[in-house]
Amino acid sequence: MQSVAEVVPPRTHYLNATYGVKSWLLTTDHKRIALLYLTSVTFFFFLGGLFAVLIRLELLTPQGDLVQAETYNRLFTMHGVVMVFFFLIPAIPAVLGNFLVPLMIGARDLAFPKINLLSWYIYNVGALFTVIAILSGGVDTGWTFYTPYSSTYSNGNVILTGIGVFITGFSSILTGLNFIVTIHTMRAPGLTWFRLPLFIWSHYATSLIMILGTPVIAVTILLLALERIAHIGIFDPAVGGDPVLFQHLFWFYSHPAVYIMVLPAMGVISELIANMSRKNIFGYKFVAFASLAIAVFGFLVWGHHLFVSTQSVYAGMVFSVLSYAVAIPSAVKVFNWTATLYRGSISYDTPMLYAFGFIGFFIIGGMTGLFLAALGVDVHVTDTYFVVAHFHYIMVGGTIMGYLGGLHYWWPKITGRLYPEAWARFGALVVFVGFNLTFFPQFLLGYMGMPRRYYAYPPEFQVLNVMSSAGASILGVGYLIPMIYLMWSMRYGPHAPPNPWGAFGLEWRTSSPPPTQNFEQTPVVTWEAYEFRPREEMDLLGVRDVLDQTLRPRPVGGEGD
Amino acid sequence: MERSLAETHVATSVGLAHHFDDVEQQREAGTLGMWAFLVTEVMFFGGLFLAYILYRSKYPVEFAVASNSLNVTMGFINTLVLICSSLTMALGVYFSQVGNRSLLILFLILTMILGLTFLVIKGVEYHEKYVEHHIPVRFQTYQFKWEPRVSEAGGAREESSRAVDTGHVEMFFWLYFAMTGVHALHMIIGLGILTTLVLMARRGRFTPEYHSPVELSGLYWHFVDIVWIFLFPLLYLIGAHLH
Repeated sequence: MQSVAEVVPPRTHYLNATYGVKSWLLTTDHKRIALLYLTSVTFFFFLGGLFAVLIRLELLTPQGDLVQAETYNRLFTMHGVVMVFFFLIPAIPAVLGNFLVPLMIGARDLAFPKINLLSWYIYNVGALFTVIAILSGGVDTGWTFYTPYSSTYSNGNVILTGIGVFITGFSSILTGLNFIVTIHTMRAPGLTWFRLPLFIWSHYATSLIMILGTPVIAVTILLLALERIAHIGIFDPAVGGDPVLFQHLFWFYSHPAVYIMVLPAMGVISELIANMSRKNIFGYKFVAFASLAIAVFGFLVWGHHLFVSTQSVYAGMVFSVLSYAVAIPSAVKVFNWTATLYRGSISYDTPMLYAFGFIGFFIIGGMTGLFLAALGVDVHVTDTYFVVAHFHYIMVGGTIMGYLGGLHYWWPKITGRLYPEAWARFGALVVFVGFNLTFFPQFLLGYMGMPRRYYAYPPEFQVLNVMSSAGASILGVGYLIPMIYLMWSMRYGPHAPPNPWGAFGLEWRTSSPPPTQNFEQTPVVTWEAYEFRPREEMDLLGVRDVLDQTLRPRPVGGEGD
Repeated sequence: MERSLAETHVATSVGLAHHFDDVEQQREAGTLGMWAFLVTEVMFFGGLFLAYILYRSKYPVEFAVASNSLNVTMGFINTLVLICSSLTMALGVYFSQVGNRSLLILFLILTMILGLTFLVIKGVEYHEKYVEHHIPVRFQTYQFKWEPRVSEAGGAREESSRAVDTGHVEMFFWLYFAMTGVHALHMIIGLGILTTLVLMARRGRFTPEYHSPVELSGLYWHFVDIVWIFLFPLLYLIGAHLH
């Protein structure tokens, strides 16, 4: 059909190597498993989005009129559970990470391909339990499952949902374990640690959190479920138990889990910023170590969720200071990205638009996080829409922007097709506008005192709530646009050359889409992670051919061949 | 390309998966993977140990009194059984390294027998607790009950009858069942793994070049044993001074 003249698509690649449902469901190819995950997380993204639609519809008016209070509680709980555990946590690592980690380090597959497939099945079994819990009435505890409400009083399906989250946790552990072992043992010859792309560093840091944090939430949910079954347990004051212990254990995982969501996105952004401004990342080692620092500090800050939960004020002070400390490596990343952009040859293609969005949202989300880490301010805004807006700026504005940016950037590699650039830019713009209109008013609402998790509110909050709901509808359209044109491009998009962006990275040195074994022969790496230089110097050094794709036409919407 | 396919084919015979360069890399990956998995296990048990530390420091008397009602003899025998099973497992790993198939199978089966012995003794203990109404649940048909034993030494009885809060005793038993239960679950999984290993060994799947499944399962088995080495004193022996 269509093909770029000089690029003949490889006759067999991982997508057409074998056919049939069985060849997909029993595959051990990391690239195919990434696509399996892509379909699963996309489904849960839209399911979680459906709950968000209902929440925003209810909040359109001050009265609780669309649904009952009880139903509303279930809606925001299921929104949180589905989005956090079934979309945000697996999204980037299990889809982009799964696809790219072996390619970026020049390996033929992850270290444990069968365990990789197993993790997808575990994810789906956990998802099944959660879907059954949703269909049989849902759960109303909030995604945090705080005791004693969850253990004693709630009449929702706490156990079923808990089992779902518990099981899905193991898929996350297995993914993290696979990444750590793969990055340690399977790097191509010459690919030293400091030649690794920053995407790999951030996934390594993420994997550490996954294997250290996830088992703690697993045992916590297990104890909660046992407590519900036995009608007595370690969080129950009747036997001298402490319900706040649950909060400690829960946030010991769930705060680092925020970094599971955002660190991979930071890895994506590092790749986008360097390759699309055609400059070496500023302070490579600082960005790399910042990922590890975030992973380590992330484990020491959980107490900032308990400032008003009877935690001692001295513990609060320590947690407050430590929470401020996390801002340092986060800021290092933002400053280094900005410094990379400085005098770079920036292209404004879609992935870069998402990257710009990410940086802006991450700054707003991160700075408001500092408000929340301040003991005094936090008392004022605890459990208000300020908190909701803050973490949506990180989770939606950070993770989903990184996810979509990465998905567009590597789409030619994943599918072998180019997406329509004009539509994609339009979609990114819609997402940007919709996102800000949805969540910025929530900062104001929260600061004025509107509490979260209520289905009705005083009439004076209506204007901002209507703005937020209007923004949510725009945001929803913004997410549907890429959904449509990406699916369209899989069949009708022009064929992609091996390196449409002229980017560094081993994944661009194999065909698009890659063959099942990734590389015709194992690459030997003799260069740094990013080696952009002025063109004249490249010619002089004879390294131009390495980047010969640079001169190829950029993918532009509608431009077929 | 063809060469690498041929290599893969040859390699399969010694158990080398297609995506590894050589057996050494594969072994290294497997070992690191198992250690990383054991780290997650440490964190998993860590939640339980944290709860134990917290409540024992809050309710030391009740924990000592409740611990005193456990069957130390059976706990001790079980400790010995598990230490012996670690020895047989280590010998199994050794014989897989030197390629002695029959002794490998023998020691794997011995390990399984010791593991089963542990579970049987644990089951007897659980049954005792069930009969004494020491299982901490609140069902309509079954309730936790606690009566201070008359056989206790005078001082201890005085202390226990004065200060013991039944709820806190129940907390001890809750932790006892949660911790030993999760440990027993790991033992059962371990027995499943050993069964697989025996079947693989009988088919001659292990050679001195390729025996990492035995080695890695050995690591897992030792880990589960070590957990018990911590559980035994923490649960059974903290009340010993009451005698």
